[in-house]
Formats: sequence, structure tokens, C-alpha cells
Amino acid sequence: MNAGPHRSPITRKGGEAMSAIDAGQGRTRAKRPNRLFRNKTAKIAAIPMVATALVIFIGCTLWTVYHSFTGSRLLPAPHKWVGLDQYERLWSTNRWITSIENLAIYGACSMILSLVIGFTLAALLDRKIRFENTIRTIILYPFALSFIVTGLVWQWILNPSLGLQNVVRDWGWESFTFDPLNNPEIVIFGILIAGIWQGSGFIMVVMLAGLRGIDEDIWKASRVEGIPTWKTYIFIIIPMMRPVFVTALVLIASGIIKVYDLVVAQTSGGPGIASEVPAKYVIEKMFSSQNLGQGFAASTMMLVSVLIILIPWAYLEFGGKRRV
Amino acid sequence: MKLTTKLLAATAMISATAASAVELEVTHWWTSGGEAAAVSKFAEAWNATGNTWVDGAIAGSGGTARPIIISRILGGDPMGATQLNHGRQAEELIEAGMLLDLTDVAAAEGWKDIVNPPTLLDACTLDGRIYCAPVNIHSWQWMWLSHQAFEDAGVDVPSNWDEFVAAAPALEAAGKVPLAMGQQPWQSSGAFGVMTIAIAGTEAWLQVNRDKDADVAAGPEYTKVFEAAVTAREMAADSNVQDWNLATNLVITGQAGGQIMGDWAQGEFQVAEQVAGEDYTCLPGLGVNEILDTAGDAFYFPKQDDPEIEAAQKEMAAMLLSPDVQVAFNLAKGSLPIRGDVDLSAANDCMKKGLEILAGGNVLPSGDILLSPDTQGQVEDLMVEFWNDPSITAADAQARYAAIIADAD
Repeated sequence: MNAGPHRSPITRKGGEAMSAIDAGQGRTRAKRPNRLFRNKTAKIAAIPMVATALVIFIGCTLWTVYHSFTGSRLLPAPHKWVGLDQYERLWSTNRWITSIENLAIYGACSMILSLVIGFTLAALLDRKIRFENTIRTIILYPFALSFIVTGLVWQWILNPSLGLQNVVRDWGWESFTFDPLNNPEIVIFGILIAGIWQGSGFIMVVMLAGLRGIDEDIWKASRVEGIPTWKTYIFIIIPMMRPVFVTALVLIASGIIKVYDLVVAQTSGGPGIASEVPAKYVIEKMFSSQNLGQGFAASTMMLVSVLIILIPWAYLEFGGKRRV
Repeated sequence: MKLTTKLLAATAMISATAASAVELEVTHWWTSGGEAAAVSKFAEAWNATGNTWVDGAIAGSGGTARPIIISRILGGDPMGATQLNHGRQAEELIEAGMLLDLTDVAAAEGWKDIVNPPTLLDACTLDGRIYCAPVNIHSWQWMWLSHQAFEDAGVDVPSNWDEFVAAAPALEAAGKVPLAMGQQPWQSSGAFGVMTIAIAGTEAWLQVNRDKDADVAAGPEYTKVFEAAVTAREMAADSNVQDWNLATNLVITGQAGGQIMGDWAQGEFQVAEQVAGEDYTCLPGLGVNEILDTAGDAFYFPKQDDPEIEAAQKEMAAMLLSPDVQVAFNLAKGSLPIRGDVDLSAANDCMKKGLEILAGGNVLPSGDILLSPDTQGQVEDLMVEFWNDPSITAADAQARYAAIIADAD
């Protein structure tokens, strides 16, 4: 409520400043000298957000990275410098290595399956079928559930004595066994199923929006040329949908890195340590084991792994364009 | 006019009474049947003093609750009082000056003379000041056996670990799980600790846990422990439960032969109305080495600015150790009281066994007191992996265990 009267003078001043530039210098000359001062209003409005981002994201990240080189326990201890000790311990810990392997398996499968399933469903829905709205809603619905609920639901479904296995056995296949959550070899796929079920509907909607953005004339042209539908999709539509795919990719990737609650709800890391994930290691070392330094080292490694993927990609994506 | 004055007077009186009655929020993780019954004894006693007990139970055992409690204290939202296991968990909070100093209460109530064993008070003490009020003694060194399961299997109820191992095939043949084990990390590591004291002996245990001697941890006594743990792992292979009380329930219903679990399991037998010696048997120290560690619960009081709350916190600390409250609480919980001068004639067989051992002085400090949460976390990680993955051999596990002890502080 307070913001109202405060905001209007700023807006007006900014507006005056802009019109002064426009009027005084004209369009052609204004371009060169003060790029920094153009769009003042927008820039002033963005300052709080920029400051927050700098302090919270950059500042706290640097703080965390610094403290990962210390022997901090329950409370941060900036003076107890231990060098790389925390990292050495981290990489000789079985549980951390298992966590990384799990994340790699979960990440690769989740990325590919979400994209494939999401796009296929979207393409099918885009064929002008009946009850599209209803079907879309049903498929999107799991996304409205939290990971905790998703995890619990799938824990029950995959429970051998309550869920799927029991139902199929009741149908007559007595020897049917499907018990991923209690088998250390495949438990991560049990979690993957739940993750895909929850997330692919959302990817489908993103893809569907992309498909709707394709000009009808493209379809007409490809039909005139006699190109089969599947070829049109793969060689024409998908390359045209590149920005949509990038969006979907970022959404899926951020979901993969932070996967935590799903595991806690479904298996709490078990059996044994077979379904541990890095985020869970970080939380438990920081708060249960009261070892902030170790937790920070692990979270720094998570950041590094994200950067390793992100930097080359950003370089290709943005650096490449500017050169053209 | 008269009415107004009356009303004013009434309001003044109400606000006066409200001022002397303080609401204290108490956080704890006592949520299973027997535990909840016990904590209600505290609440009743506290409400009887005219103050109000605001219950802040956190479900999901200490591993879940402790981080929540500590982050509330660190985050500037302290509760009136909180349960923790005394020992090294609160060490840094005390050093940072976030917990209330109870030394004057302890002196006034003479805690030094009444608390038995004295190591309990030592665990609350840092630099000569006392920061917590111990409320009970819990020991891990118990094994609970179901009479029904052994009857169904047609064998006698064993009286020690070796007999139990020998009876396992008969139990299996009768369709029972020989050993019930929950899958939570602290249970895996606790059961291992019990087997260590029973099998490797007190001296080796102290050398490893107190002196952090990695050579002993890699030595022959511990080899025996790890081999026994492999046997136990095979016996527990079919118990697919998570929580400890669900595992205890397998024993209560006769689906499992036994469980290695601390004396808090006794509360569950009580709630199920089972009788010690008739329906179940308890073996302290696995029937091999009758000695108890003295872990336990204690209440810590986070520092608050309000002097009124501080006074109430001290009042509560004194109340928690008063004889009547101690008896009521510990009988319900199945734990041992922290003072030797109370009358526990109402105790059942198992508690009496425990009291005898305690009176005989066969006690050890607990792992909570000797090891930092960090080391305990590492041991838990190793144990939960070991208990769940049959491909880890005894020798592998022992080598990794010795490495953890070598790094421990």
C-alpha cells in the first residue's frame, strides 16, 4: 500500500528524463553516447532485484564456497582453515560417490524420457483430437502434487504387498515380481518412475505451447510436398522449436539437481544407501551430523557440476550468436 | 460507574494471574505410544504448577527432530525448553552462549548429590557450568525376545546371544524373522554398538570410542564383532520395516524372534499389555556382558530475553528432577530414573534388572557423550550400508570403520 505514492513520482521523473533525451538529442544521436542511461525507469525498478541477486546468490555462494575450506561444525568457523580436507573426505566417502552415480543415472534417464514423453504426448494432443482439454488436464494433474505426495503415492504403488505386484498376482500371474524399492540394484528407477510421472505432463504443456506456435502454413507446405507426418515433425518442426526445447531442458535440469524430497518420501535413501542423492547428503551433513564444512564442500561440488555443464552451453548459445 | 470499576478490577486480576502463569513451548521427539504416555506425565506436573505446557512434539525420531530444534535455536526462534540427548550434540550451542546456565538451580536442588551415575551430570557440564537437566537413563544394551515366537518354533527362549544364533534356523523354519531390525541408520549403528560391547568387551570398546584407537578397531576383538554382525545381518534379512517401534511390534506379535533395541522398547510392550518374563524376555548386554551405557534424554533451555520466562525455565528444570515426576515419567517410559533415591517398587522385571546393574556400577558412558555427531553420522552411514548390502564383507566394513575412528575427534 505504501508503494503506491512512492512509485508514481519515480515513474514520472523517469518518464520526464526519457522524453528529455528523446526530445533533446533525437533518435539517431541518442543511440551512441549513453546506453547505460537509457530506459532509466526500468533500470531503477530493477535495482532491488539486482541487489538481491548479487547479495543472495553471488554473496551467499561465495560465503559457502569459502566455508567449505574450513572445519566448521555446527556453527560457521571462518578461522579454522583446513584447506582441501573436506573435499578429500568427500570424495573418499562411499555414500557421496553412490549419490553422484544415482544422480547421473536419474539425470540422464529423466532428461531423455521427459523430453521424449513430453514431446510425443504433445504431438499426439496436437492432432486435433476430441476431448483435448480433458486429456490435457488429466496428464498435467500430477504436476499439481508436491514431490512428497508423489513419493508417498508411488511408495504405496510399488509396495510389493499393497501395490502393483499384488494386483497383478491377484489377476493370476502368481510369479510376477516388481519390487524396485527394495532392490538396491534398481531402486533409483523406482524413483525415476515417480519423477517422470510427476514432471512429464508439465513438459508436455510447454511442448504443446511450442507446437501451437508453429505456423499452419508450414504444415500445408509440407503436405503439398508430400512429406510424411513423422518426417515433418523430426526434420522441420523440432528444429523450429529449439527455444522451447531449451526452456524444457533448463526446467528439467533444475528439477534433477535439486531432487531430494522425492527420495526422502519414497525410500529415505534406502535400502542401505542405494538411493542416496547429493542434496540429501548436503542436508544431512549440515544439520544431522552438525558438520557445515562437509555439507558446504558437497554443495560446492554440486555447483561445480552444474557450472561444468552450463558454461560451455552458455558459451555456445550466446557467444556464438554475437559473432554472427 | 460501579460496574466499570468492577470490570476494571476483574481485568486487572485476570491479567495478574496471566502474568504469573507462563506458557513454555517444549519440543521433543517422544511420539510413539509409550513415549507419548510418558511425556504427558511431565505436562500434567507442569500444568499443576499453574503454568502451561505447550507441547511441540516433532515426529520422526531424533535424526529428524534434532536439526529442526537446533535450527530454531540458531534462527532466533527459541522454544521454552527442548529435549536433546545430552552429550556433544549441544556443545557448540553452549559455547555460542545460546543455552541457559542452570548452575544455580543445580546448586539449590543439590543435583550433584542426587544424580546417579554422576557421569550424567558431567555430560551436562561445560567448564564447570551446568546447562541441562537430565531426566532419564536410557541404555542400548538390551535384547527383547518374544516367548510366542520361540514357542511356535519349538525351542526354549535363549538366555544369551549364542543360544539366540543357534535357535535362528528353527525360527526360520517356523516362518519367523529371527531378528527384527528397522532400517533407519541410527538403529543399524546402535545395534552394532550393542554387539560390540557384548562381544569385544568393555575395554576394547572404550579404547575405540573414548581413546579413538584405530588399531584396536582394526584388531582381532573387533573382527569377531564384525563377523557376528554378518550373522545378524543374515538373520535380519527378511525384516522389511523402517521404524523401530514397527520392528518391536514384530516381536510383540510373535512374528519375529527378537530385537536389539534400547530400553525405550519396553514402553511399547507395556502399551501392548505384555508382561515381562511371561510374554517377553529382556537380555541386558545380550546376556553376555551385563553392562549398560548411560545415554539418555536431557532438557536444555534456550536463552530468552524475558526474565519471567527465564524464571519459569528454571522452575521447570527443578520440577523435571523432582522425585514424584521422575517416578511417574520413568515408569511410563520404561527408562531408569536419574536419581537413586526414589522408590521404584512398581517397576517390572526388566527395569529391576536395569536398576540392579546400575546400582552395581556396571555402567559406561554413552556414544553420544564420547563421539561427535559428525563421527556418529559417519558410523551410521557405514552401518546402514553394511546392514543392507550383503556384498560388504566383515573385513571391508572393519577397515572402513577403523578409518573413521582414526579420523575421529
